[in-house]
Amino acid sequence: MTASPVAAEPVGAAARHGVPVRLAGLRRSFGTTHALDGLDLDLAPGELVALLGPSGCGKTTALRVLAGLEEADAGRVLVDGEDVTDRPVNRRGMGMVFQAYSLFPHLTARENVEFGLRLRGRPGARRRQRAEEMLELVGIAAHGHRFPHQLSGGQQQRVALARALAIEPRVLLLDEPLSALDAKVRVQLRDEIRRIQLEVGTTTLFVTHDQEEALAVADRVGVMRGGRLEQLATPAEIYLRPATAFVADFVGLSNRIPGRSGPDGTIRVLGQTLPLVAPDAAPGTPDAPVTALVRPEAVDLLPAPDGDARVLAASFLGPISRVSVTLPDGTPVVAQVGSDRLADLTPGTPVRVRLRPAPVALAS
Amino acid sequence: MAGVIRRRARRQRLFRWVVLTVLGIFFLLPLVAMLEFTTRGAGGGFSAHTWRLLVDWPKLTETYPDLSTGIRASFGLVLLTVALTLVLLVPTVIWVRLRLPRLRRLVEFLCLLPLTIPAIVLVVGLAPVYAWVTYFLGGSPLTLTFAYTVLVLPYAYRSVDAGLSAIDVRTLAEAARSLGAGWPTVIWRVVLPNIRSAVLSAAFLTVALVLGEFTIASLLNRTNLQVAVNLLGKSSATMSVAVSLAALLLAFVLLLLLSLVGDGRRRTLKKEIS
Repeated sequence: MTASPVAAEPVGAAARHGVPVRLAGLRRSFGTTHALDGLDLDLAPGELVALLGPSGCGKTTALRVLAGLEEADAGRVLVDGEDVTDRPVNRRGMGMVFQAYSLFPHLTARENVEFGLRLRGRPGARRRQRAEEMLELVGIAAHGHRFPHQLSGGQQQRVALARALAIEPRVLLLDEPLSALDAKVRVQLRDEIRRIQLEVGTTTLFVTHDQEEALAVADRVGVMRGGRLEQLATPAEIYLRPATAFVADFVGLSNRIPGRSGPDGTIRVLGQTLPLVAPDAAPGTPDAPVTALVRPEAVDLLPAPDGDARVLAASFLGPISRVSVTLPDGTPVVAQVGSDRLADLTPGTPVRVRLRPAPVALAS
Repeated sequence: MAGVIRRRARRQRLFRWVVLTVLGIFFLLPLVAMLEFTTRGAGGGFSAHTWRLLVDWPKLTETYPDLSTGIRASFGLVLLTVALTLVLLVPTVIWVRLRLPRLRRLVEFLCLLPLTIPAIVLVVGLAPVYAWVTYFLGGSPLTLTFAYTVLVLPYAYRSVDAGLSAIDVRTLAEAARSLGAGWPTVIWRVVLPNIRSAVLSAAFLTVALVLGEFTIASLLNRTNLQVAVNLLGKSSATMSVAVSLAALLLAFVLLLLLSLVGDGRRRTLKKEIS
């Protein structure tokens, strides 16, 4: 954990009226496994924070502890300055969208949205009006009379979002809500979630294992590992200036290229001197062997008859392509190039490998 | 090629009809024989006298007082056993699923245990208990409710458990809880409506089992429908067969009604939507 878990200023929101949330020193163990190991996390009012990490890193446990669905072994949960650690889930006033489809099968979409309002004793007319508004907000008003089994996965998750928002939650919790959807619907709904979240301004915690999803929707992204935050920062900072080797490795693709430590927080890789993202992480001794983590988009390939690297294969990804090359010492390197250059980079082509002078992280 | 497929389909269709016909004869023939026996008049002609008497309750009570007592007792037992089984079992199974999943195997084992114990062994164990039951509650046949509740547990448990397995109870409960529902609301308004057909089939199995139970009632000296039919068989074979056939038909009609209730609801939903 290198970044300070203090509340950040909300980014990019129009009218925000969310509440601040603080998770302080949360610990939770399952047998000998520490799902949360002293997690500290602050969410600013109206902010959307995405928790990202590999399976078992504790991101879902953190969300469930915040929701009240799991009890923490130690630590506190504060919502709007109020300690809700010991408050049961049904009294926390949080809206939640689950990974699994969680609509009540015996109720229509509209009745599902009305469920929480009915429990709060809202009169029928107001309840129906609010349900209509919410269904309208998530773009599914025309399907309010349908039962869950008659809705697609994406539509069901929209209704689940409307149901969670209908109760005007203090905090919105999204537990991998898109992971069961196909790729196209996932991108559409991801953007919709962000639009709606900005519109209603509810403080939101979004748990996902999909880095693209996290980087696309969040004001800040928290990368978790072993029950703790490894880094909490804006998506751009996470991607461009990963604080640790784990973050650099986990978020986005990284090449592992051998090099030597240089002076003043730099390293020498492929004959070039590059700055380090974290100069403090450089080895104390000069000329020590290191492994640099270099993004594919920071690698350039120049076809040259005297080039000492060879193109192995290329993957066409639409406007861009990924080209795999092998260095003379056998190190594999992936470069990201414009697809218009693919014709010059056929397998077997000798190339020179150049690195853009962007800061790089060191592998642990 | 198309000809081969057609011939194969025809053969399969024929096979299906043969199987259905054989099974139909196997099941229906005894029932038809029972009907013929109960409608056989003097000299071998047709007579509906037994069935007219069976549906004329005051006359039936007057003619066969033990039978009417048995019928009343069995219907009382049906109502009480269904109620007690569902009240005890359904919340327990739901609670174990949601809150105590580690106890699931134990509860399953306990519920299925009566299946492995012969009724006669069960009675040997129950006899001393029923001495106390008689002491506190009297010798009414309705006290058999307790024994029958134990007896139907395996079937009712399997049915409710299958219903719960068909839905994601945990996620539904968590969703309802996050929306502000307490546990009673979760069970009553979220889980129960979604296992309605499983609960109905548990109830039906209970009805069928209680209506057909003889051993425990007989050995504990209580009169229910089957005990009364058995006694009646010694004095009026025609009436006892008619009552047995009527009980079978009642069970069949109940099953049909239950399946119609489920289908009807599904059809209504589809109609509403289309």
